[in-house]
Amino acid sequence: MFLFFLSSGLFLGWSLGANHAAANVFGTAVGSRMISFKRAAILCSVFVILGAVISGAGTSDTIEKLGSVNAIAGAFIVALAAALSVYVMTVVGYPVSTSEGIIGAIIGWHFFTGTLVDYTSLTKIVSSWIACPILSAIFSIILYKLVVFCIKTFNIRMFKLDKLTRYGLIIAGIFGAYSLGANNIANVMGVFVPVSPFRDISFMGIVSLTSSQQLFLIGGISIALGVITYSRRVMVTVGTGIMRISPVSALVAVWAHSTVLFLFASQGLERFLINHGLPSIPLVPVSSSQAIVGAVIGIGLLKGGKGIRWKTVGGISVGWVATPLLAALISFISLFFFQNVFQQQTYKPVEYVVSAQALERIEHQGIPVNELRSMVGKKFPTALKFNKVLKKYSFLRQDNISFIMESAEYHKMEITETAIHSLDEEWLTEEQIEALEKLEGQVFIHTWMMDKALARISPAWNMKKDDKLFNRALEDKLAYIHDLFRDGEASVK
Amino acid sequence: MDFDFFRRGPGIETQIDEFLNRISEAGLIFKGAVVDYLKGDLETFVQKRDRLHEVERQGDVLRRDLELMLYTKTLIPESRGDVLELIENMDSLLDHYKGAMWKIDIEHPRICNEFHEDFKELVAFGVEAVESTVCACRAFFKNINTASTHMDKVIYWEKKSDVVSTRLQRAIFEREDLRLSHKRHIRDFVRFMEKIADEAEDVIDRLSIYIVKRAL
Repeated sequence: MFLFFLSSGLFLGWSLGANHAAANVFGTAVGSRMISFKRAAILCSVFVILGAVISGAGTSDTIEKLGSVNAIAGAFIVALAAALSVYVMTVVGYPVSTSEGIIGAIIGWHFFTGTLVDYTSLTKIVSSWIACPILSAIFSIILYKLVVFCIKTFNIRMFKLDKLTRYGLIIAGIFGAYSLGANNIANVMGVFVPVSPFRDISFMGIVSLTSSQQLFLIGGISIALGVITYSRRVMVTVGTGIMRISPVSALVAVWAHSTVLFLFASQGLERFLINHGLPSIPLVPVSSSQAIVGAVIGIGLLKGGKGIRWKTVGGISVGWVATPLLAALISFISLFFFQNVFQQQTYKPVEYVVSAQALERIEHQGIPVNELRSMVGKKFPTALKFNKVLKKYSFLRQDNISFIMESAEYHKMEITETAIHSLDEEWLTEEQIEALEKLEGQVFIHTWMMDKALARISPAWNMKKDDKLFNRALEDKLAYIHDLFRDGEASVK
Repeated sequence: MDFDFFRRGPGIETQIDEFLNRISEAGLIFKGAVVDYLKGDLETFVQKRDRLHEVERQGDVLRRDLELMLYTKTLIPESRGDVLELIENMDSLLDHYKGAMWKIDIEHPRICNEFHEDFKELVAFGVEAVESTVCACRAFFKNINTASTHMDKVIYWEKKSDVVSTRLQRAIFEREDLRLSHKRHIRDFVRFMEKIADEAEDVIDRLSIYIVKRAL
């Protein structure tokens, strides 16, 4: 059943690979016939998958923060709405991205479910869409100047330059494919991460894949299939189209595009910038097509701005607004039908209860609670309603409200013997299972209460400082046991 | 994908150099042969005609190799089209030398002594124009920024060739002792020689477009 629901994401991945994304990275090389389509498709597929599996987590976290679509049927509709909106916009002729589609579709899901949109993440994402082509243009200008300086200084001859350009295009294509996988996999699989039924697996203790990475692998393969089955015509068309700006300019454009996609996806770079006290670049899925258009415009501006197709620039701006709106609309309407006509659960309702324990936690955080005491024991059916009430307290800052909401999220979880017996013994460690057994019979009403109780009993349930991989795996395990004890069995199989 | 980092043997640039060397060599042979013909040394003229024929044949072989190389191994299509056209155009200059040589050999024009100096000058200017085109061509492949200097020289030699050609044609038709058919025969030769410089100019006109296309 999960695979059926995943199909919309796979379709989105396929269309991403089949359309301009792959053509942007290898189109020039294929168009110039320096590499056959077959080889380009293989290289592109391999590196898209590698990029997705190795570096796809960064952008995916951002998508997750924006909206944790908590039911598989909801995730299915969200991905489908994104794919349809991208398809419609492409037919109309705008250079749009799957990123715009998926964000719009997630917002549509929020409206439908009455859950809260994380506006901080949304602002971060939308500003990145605008920053992406601009940054790409800046990069292409700098790169172009650098390349021209080198050609002139070292008097690189025509044939040598041509050869370097050709090899440069292959390397840029590989780098671009990796960056594309790392950056755009979140669009394809991001919404499925919170509902993934996969467990972390290890191959002979050498290679291990987290549940998200397994999803990214499947998503990467769907992009690769798109590249192999359908991108040939687009690659040749786009490739020759870009070529008209001169081979060196084309090389610069592909490099600038790939670098920008990489910057918006690299967790390593983000860590480096943060460690050195520099402003970090948000890890957000951006549009490959818009990056390449931005890069070409940058070179055009450098040459006096003549011949720039301002209509295309206008098209990008239209895409920023129209695609998310369309996706949100499709998502909202489809969710309505899916839920009411097909009787599928598109979201799990989340209630909020300010319990005594939650109030204590809030107080411990240093938030004044005297005026909140009147709320103790009250139930709020949706995040929107609870948020509305909290907003009335003018002394609460936005971060206070977020913390209160997180503390009051209500999930009744009972540690039963049956549930303990159904635990995945291969995935959880002995120590972790023992800790759970010690809690048998207890009931928790907030997930943080359960996490706290487990952490107190065993260090195996404690987050480790500076071990991001361990912590990510632990988060996956915690999400699994929350689901398991909440419903008596893992909600998604 | 042809990763020929370790490939040895004549590269495309060497082949082009060889091809252009043939054009320069053909120019020198042609100039010498015309002088021999005017001197009446027909034996040396025939030797040079055969030599030029051989050089032209070698040029053709090189051109074909180059075209094959360009099609199968190197260059991005846009540059490839330009380079192929340039080589074809340069080859037509080589053909023009050969054509002029055979025309003299077959038609044996009787060129009056008083026209000899102008005739030699006309041929020399044509050969100079072609030689400057060869230099411009080399610069296009090796140091594109210096190509314009050579292209200016081509224009200079073409103008000089025009002046001599006009002077010569005027002088031919001013001679009253020559029959009209004789005058027209010599005039044909003058025009044929003048065309060498004209063709060279046409080549650099196209070359200037290729250079603009590759401008950084």
